Order: sequence, then structure tokens, then C-alpha cells
Amino acid sequence: MSDQAKAGRRKASSPSAARAPSGLTINVTDGTLIPGSGEKSILSAWNIAFFGALAAIIILPIVSPQPYLEVLAFVPDGLAATFTVTVVSIFFALILGLLAGMGRVAKAKPINLAATVYVEVVRGIPLLVQLFYIYYALGPLLHLKGPASAIAAMSICYGAYMGEIFRAGIQSIPKGQMEAALALGMSRTQALWRIILPQTVKIILPPIGNEFIALLKDSSLVSILAISDLLRRGREYASVSFKFLEAYTIVALIYLIMTLFFSRLVGVMETRLRTHGKRHH
Amino acid sequence: MENGIIRIRDARKSFGRVEALRGIDLEIAKGEVALIIGPSGSGKSTLLRCVNRLEHLDSGEIWVGDDCVTSPRANIRKIREEAGMVFQNFNLFPHLTAGQNIALSPVIVLKEDRTDANARARELLARVGLADKEDSYPEELSGGQQQRVAIARALAMKPKIMLFDEPTSALDPEMIKEVLDVMLDLAKEGMTMMVVSHEMGFARAAADRVVFMDEGRIVESGPPDELFANPREERTRSFLNHIL
Repeated sequence: MSDQAKAGRRKASSPSAARAPSGLTINVTDGTLIPGSGEKSILSAWNIAFFGALAAIIILPIVSPQPYLEVLAFVPDGLAATFTVTVVSIFFALILGLLAGMGRVAKAKPINLAATVYVEVVRGIPLLVQLFYIYYALGPLLHLKGPASAIAAMSICYGAYMGEIFRAGIQSIPKGQMEAALALGMSRTQALWRIILPQTVKIILPPIGNEFIALLKDSSLVSILAISDLLRRGREYASVSFKFLEAYTIVALIYLIMTLFFSRLVGVMETRLRTHGKRHH
Repeated sequence: MENGIIRIRDARKSFGRVEALRGIDLEIAKGEVALIIGPSGSGKSTLLRCVNRLEHLDSGEIWVGDDCVTSPRANIRKIREEAGMVFQNFNLFPHLTAGQNIALSPVIVLKEDRTDANARARELLARVGLADKEDSYPEELSGGQQQRVAIARALAMKPKIMLFDEPTSALDPEMIKEVLDVMLDLAKEGMTMMVVSHEMGFARAAADRVVFMDEGRIVESGPPDELFANPREERTRSFLNHIL
């Protein structure tokens, strides 16, 4: 394999570190650990957490069905709301992120500036504040209904993070690729769509998977608004029955099982991309 | 050589405080093969990259045929269609097969029919001796094979001139010949070629002229046999002593 391919692969694991000036980078995220096949300690920690949570959520309702089974029966429509908010938000966040990322690498100054301002503003405001702002302040102004404004807020926030992922992905592609495309007479837009972005996809899929998991967790913030997501359903149950421990235990277990499941999925995907990434058969 | 297909007049270019080009005048006639040699940092690659405007000149003019490359109103995409470029690191598109690498820009830039473009890609692959590699991805090819695909990719745009930026410098010695053979064929067919390279064998076999550059200037130029045997300038002599 050529050096270029090796470099590309090394970058693949950490696009955010692609532009670090020196060799030393420390990658710390608030995301879940992504267990790859090579990392035994993370994998066994994952096994303990995942199967422990699974066992707890099965055994608790069997041992004492009174509150636990009741909670379990009470929250599924909240789970559906959580998923809807997450999936729809990630969809719009991807579109916004692609635009922001392309804007951040654009040659045209105004576009570049607009994208950068968007990213900086959004990243500087806590998600909860953004949710309140769009839900209570802008929502009535723009005639957005409850769930729509919650989804808008989540999309706008995560679009900025996605934008940074797209930017890092685009910038991790060797400069020679753009030059070769331009030298063949392609426009910058053609080169971006035909040459750069297809190569970027493999690099940014794992970080996008991480963002999906982070968004799944952050979607619990919408429970503060009038949306009956998983957390809010748990709270509703608890406030009526006063069984706080039992209700929130089940809610926490469900979140944990979901995020662990998806982080494993992202890990498998990352390994796949690493081993077969260059083949397209 | 008043009607050179490439005409460079007083080309100047700086990168920050480094003057890469300090006033270059050069004309390359239609069908001529010009080899540009010189120590690293002499500005030869920069000069080549200014011809299709991958780099912008600070001052001076470059013309390719009837088009002024350095004019802000230049139709740079048309000029780039007419000027094929081959890079040191091949720069093949890793997500596309050899055939797709070649056929892509004729389809999306020249709006050629896809079937025609694919047929022509096969033709070009056969021409560079890689008829059986149409469906191979770049990573499955050796460096020499990749560079031959890159040459075929540039030829697919039916260029009037070809620019080679150190086409063999990244290759293992045993692969250099296969690339030079393709370039030699191209030279024999009458292609106008501007080649940045230190391949003296290629210079003797195919070059009409060798241009020696140092510190952003052309020190001297002449037919290869003459320049190699009797360099007029001391600077040229000492450089040739190092690489011959």
C-alpha cells in the first residue's frame, strides 16, 4: 500500500485531529467508548455494562413486577418519541452539516464566513438554551409547533457539529486529489461532489455514528419541553406513583442499552471500513 | 519560435519571502518536447503548475495557444482541458477503477456519451499497456501502473499539450522505464510536452531541448547532447556533475 493510503487510513480514525500542527493530539470526547475488535479492555467493559443492563431490565420486572413491569409498560410510546426526534434531527443535521462543512472549505469569502459564524455561534450556546430559545422564543414567532421546534433546535445544534466533521473529512483528503480534478477541467463543485465527498464518506461515517449516539442521549433534553419522550414518560410515571427510584432506573437502563448497542454497531462499522474500506465490490 | 504553443513572459512568483520565479521567459513550440531540470527549489515545478494555473503568477504572462492563462477573464477550465497534467504522486482517484478514472472527466466535463468514454478508456489503457486493468482500483496497481493510468486519464481529454511534474520521482527504479516508454511514444506521436524531470536517458531519447533552472531563473537551455556535453555556465556544469 502506498504511503498516501496509509496516511489516509490513519486520519480515518480521527478526522478532527487531521489538522493538528504537531504530532501530539489528545482526543477526548463526551461520547461513549467505541469498542473495536482490537481493544480488549473496552470490549470487556462493554460486555459487562451491556449484558448487566440487559439482565437487570429482564430480571427486575420478573422479581418485582409491581412497579418495574408497570414502568416498562408505561414508557414505550416515549421511546418512540425519543427515536423519532433522534432520527429526524440527525437527518436534518446531516443536511445542515454538509452545507456548513462545504461552506467552511469554500473559497468564496461570504459563504465561508457565514458557515463559520453559524458553527461558532451554535457551538457557543448550550443545547438546552438553544432548545428554550427556539421552542419558547422563536417557535411562536415562526408558527412552529412543539415537536417541530424541538427537532429544529436539535438539528441546528447538531448541524454545527456535523459541519465540523464534514470539514475535517474534506480537509483530510490529500490536496492532490482536488488538483488532479481541476487539472482535468472539472469545476470545484464537480470535483467536490465527484472526487472529494465520495472519499470523505468512509472517513466521516464513524464520527457521524458517534454524533447519532450523542444526539440520542441529548434528545432527553426535549422532555423539558412539552414532548413525551422516554425521560418524560418516566417522570410522568414517577410523579403519579412516587416510585422515583424504580421509574428512573428503568429509564436509565433503556438509555444505556440503546447507546451501548449503537456504540457497538459503530465499532463494527469502523472495523469493517478499516479492513474492506478500499474495496467496492 | 514566435508561434510557440506555450509562451511564458517575465513570469514572477513568490511564496511569502521566497522568490520561486524571478522572471522566466520561455517558449515551447508545437510538437516540442522540453525537459526542465534544476536543483530542488529552483522553481521548475512552480513554473509548470503556473501553466495550468494550479498556481497564480504574481506578474508576467503565460499563453497556451490563443488563451492567456494569466488573464483574470481566462476560461481556465477550457485551458485545463487542453493541458493534460501528470503528477509526481499520480493522484489517481482511489474510489474509482482505472477505467472510471479515465472516463469520468470526458463524461462530466466534455459531456461525452458514457459508452463512448468507456470504450475510449479501454483504448487508452491498451495504449499504455494496461488493457487488463480496467476494473482494478488504484491500490491494486503498482506505482508504475498507476502513473500509466494517470497519463491515460490526462490523454482522455484530448489535450494539446502535456505537463509532467516529476512523473518518475516517486517510482521504484524498475518501474521508471515503463512510464518513460509511454512518454517516449507520446513524444514520437508529436505531442507537445513540458517535462520536469531528471531522467537523462529520456532527455537524450526524446527531448528537443533541455532547460536548466536555478534560483527561479533559466540559467541556460539547448539541445540535450549539446547541453550535457558542453554546458556554457559553471552552475550548469556543477549540477550536471552531481546527477550524471
